[in-house]
Amino acid sequence: MSYISKVLALVWKDVLSELRTREMLSSMLVFALLVIVIFNFSFDLRVDNVAQVAPGILWVTFAFASTLELTRSLAMEMENDCLDGLFLAPMDRGVIYLGKMLGNLIFITAVEALVLPTFSVLFNLNLIRLPLLLTILLGTIGFAAVGTLLSVIAVNSRAREVMLPVLLFPIILPVVIAAAKVTAGILDGVSLAELAHWLRFLVAFDIIFLVVSYLTFDFVVEG
Amino acid sequence: MIQVQGLVKSYGYTYALRNVDLEARQGQFLTVVGPNGAGKTTLLRILATLLKPTGGLVRINGLDLASRSADIRRHIGFVSHQSLTYPKLTIEENLTFYGKLYDVPAVEERVETLLHLVGLTARRHDPARTLSRGMQQRLSIARAIIHQPSLLLLDEPYTGLDQQAAEMLRQLLQTITTEARTVVMTTHDLQRALDLCDKVAILAKGQIAYQTEDPSLTLEGLRQAYWHHTGGASARGQAKA
Amino acid sequence: MVQDSRIAALLNWLSGLSMIAALYLVFLYAPTEATMGDVQRIFYFHVSSAWVGFFAFFVTLIAGIAHLRAGSRDSDVVALSSVEIGITFTAMAVITGSIWAKATWNAWWPWQQEPRLVLITILLLLYLAYLMLRAFIEGEERKARFAAVYGIVAFASVPFTFMSVRWWQSLHPVIFEREGMNLSPAMLTTFLFCLVAFTLLYFTLLLHRSRLGRLADEAEGLKEELRFREGGSV
Repeated sequence: MSYISKVLALVWKDVLSELRTREMLSSMLVFALLVIVIFNFSFDLRVDNVAQVAPGILWVTFAFASTLELTRSLAMEMENDCLDGLFLAPMDRGVIYLGKMLGNLIFITAVEALVLPTFSVLFNLNLIRLPLLLTILLGTIGFAAVGTLLSVIAVNSRAREVMLPVLLFPIILPVVIAAAKVTAGILDGVSLAELAHWLRFLVAFDIIFLVVSYLTFDFVVEG
Repeated sequence: MIQVQGLVKSYGYTYALRNVDLEARQGQFLTVVGPNGAGKTTLLRILATLLKPTGGLVRINGLDLASRSADIRRHIGFVSHQSLTYPKLTIEENLTFYGKLYDVPAVEERVETLLHLVGLTARRHDPARTLSRGMQQRLSIARAIIHQPSLLLLDEPYTGLDQQAAEMLRQLLQTITTEARTVVMTTHDLQRALDLCDKVAILAKGQIAYQTEDPSLTLEGLRQAYWHHTGGASARGQAKA
Repeated sequence: MVQDSRIAALLNWLSGLSMIAALYLVFLYAPTEATMGDVQRIFYFHVSSAWVGFFAFFVTLIAGIAHLRAGSRDSDVVALSSVEIGITFTAMAVITGSIWAKATWNAWWPWQQEPRLVLITILLLLYLAYLMLRAFIEGEERKARFAAVYGIVAFASVPFTFMSVRWWQSLHPVIFEREGMNLSPAMLTTFLFCLVAFTLLYFTLLLHRSRLGRLADEAEGLKEELRFREGGSV
């Protein structure tokens, strides 16, 4: 189907671009590691504290790294007015939303995949567990779904760097709360059945905001 | 091919275009001249479906802009001030990408043909950011015509080009303006405006002040008309002082 | 215009009188609460302010949707007016809520015991984000459109925020909890009357602020016409 092939073309274009220089991925990774180190010293972690604060630190790190990626990803389209190039194409605006969203999802999860083992090693916690990976994926989808929409707004504003976090954070707070809760639960050995309501919550959030963002995307891109 | 009647574009209370009437037939080369701020870019962007008009009627190829802009896009190619190309991708990758977005059949062949047409075959594997301004313009044109649009819009294409590059551009434009293709070009270089065109219009303060298809119009004639219709601002400025 | 000012006058009188009546009810009519004493009276203002804060956000949502569908400037003016009023009442709700918390739990911000205080604060943050968006986006048309979209997304997030903050401290999902306070009939009357009085006040303020916004727009329009006639800017 032409629609899907165009979405994939967009994603491929983003991945290819990034693979050339890896600027965005490397800066995200460095940033994430710095955040973890700063938290480490701020909280003066001792062994017994770690499991308690780890979920929070992890998700704050993911949230900040995500905003970095979302802003950069759209800034790449602003260079040379490439966004206009996308608008000129005879296709549904939704293609642009889905293409960028999937690209954002790929990049953010790529960095998360590198941060997670590092985090596990630094804090001596086993974070590579399937339920946790699933939660991280669900949470990231939430970030990417709303973040892609809001990044278009933010990139058109005068205070580009600070605009996205200001707009995004209050809205994704439920995701951070839910994801941190599940992460903490998994580390504490709580059964999945007891955490199920949080997971359902994340799925509901993802679905609703994918739909809302997809539908309102047209309005942030029209001339 | 292009019908514009009573076009208005306003942002809140500032008017970029007030009541513009313009027409271009199939295959015509129309140049729109005017001072900075006259609304040339706005007009072109509206024709390119990048901006929505606030009022008035615009028809391209018989299709109404307000309701059929998605369909209109298939027939339009737009060359703007920016190149609209991705700096980290190669020339070939850029063109292939746009080819896919426009559902161009046999994309590879088409890209091959275009590279040859604009003289960039040798640089095909170079990232777009390594190109000079002149080459960027040629790449931009290749991008704009990849889907063989019947309407080509050019926003001040000669800006920033040296003599050599400008000459290459002129030759390229001559090649691609055919019977089947309508071209609308904006510029503030009056000589370039007359060269190649079938029709000239002067846009000043958001309105078409003058338009003609007279083939015997000279550069001097155009200059006089231009200063007559756009000199008003400075005259009024003097009166106020 | 005459019709307009009649409605305005009516609302002015209604809200003025009802607010005075509300003050009477809260301070003189309602009985003193057994455990908390007079401090409890702040509850009436706190809940009413919070109610207006949420209601104003809802109005912004509706105005935003209307704006996206028809693009009229009026709907945008109403949306902005509602945000300005809403943010004021939400700020009041946060402050009164904090005082209430101090009186009830001896802490200005008891995260655990009062998730609703957190929720109201997040609402305040959403409002502030909305205003910041308007401040930093240039171009009237775009500003209004972006703000409308943000209003929709922000409103959609409120139920999720409500639920997640609610569930945050408890192990089992709780949707509705019974009020930890028993209201005597007199208190209930006062409470309901306050809600009505505050809502009336909201509508009065909305009407005035919207009118102000519309007049400012008209003034801008006239200035622009003048500028054009004098042959100045485009």
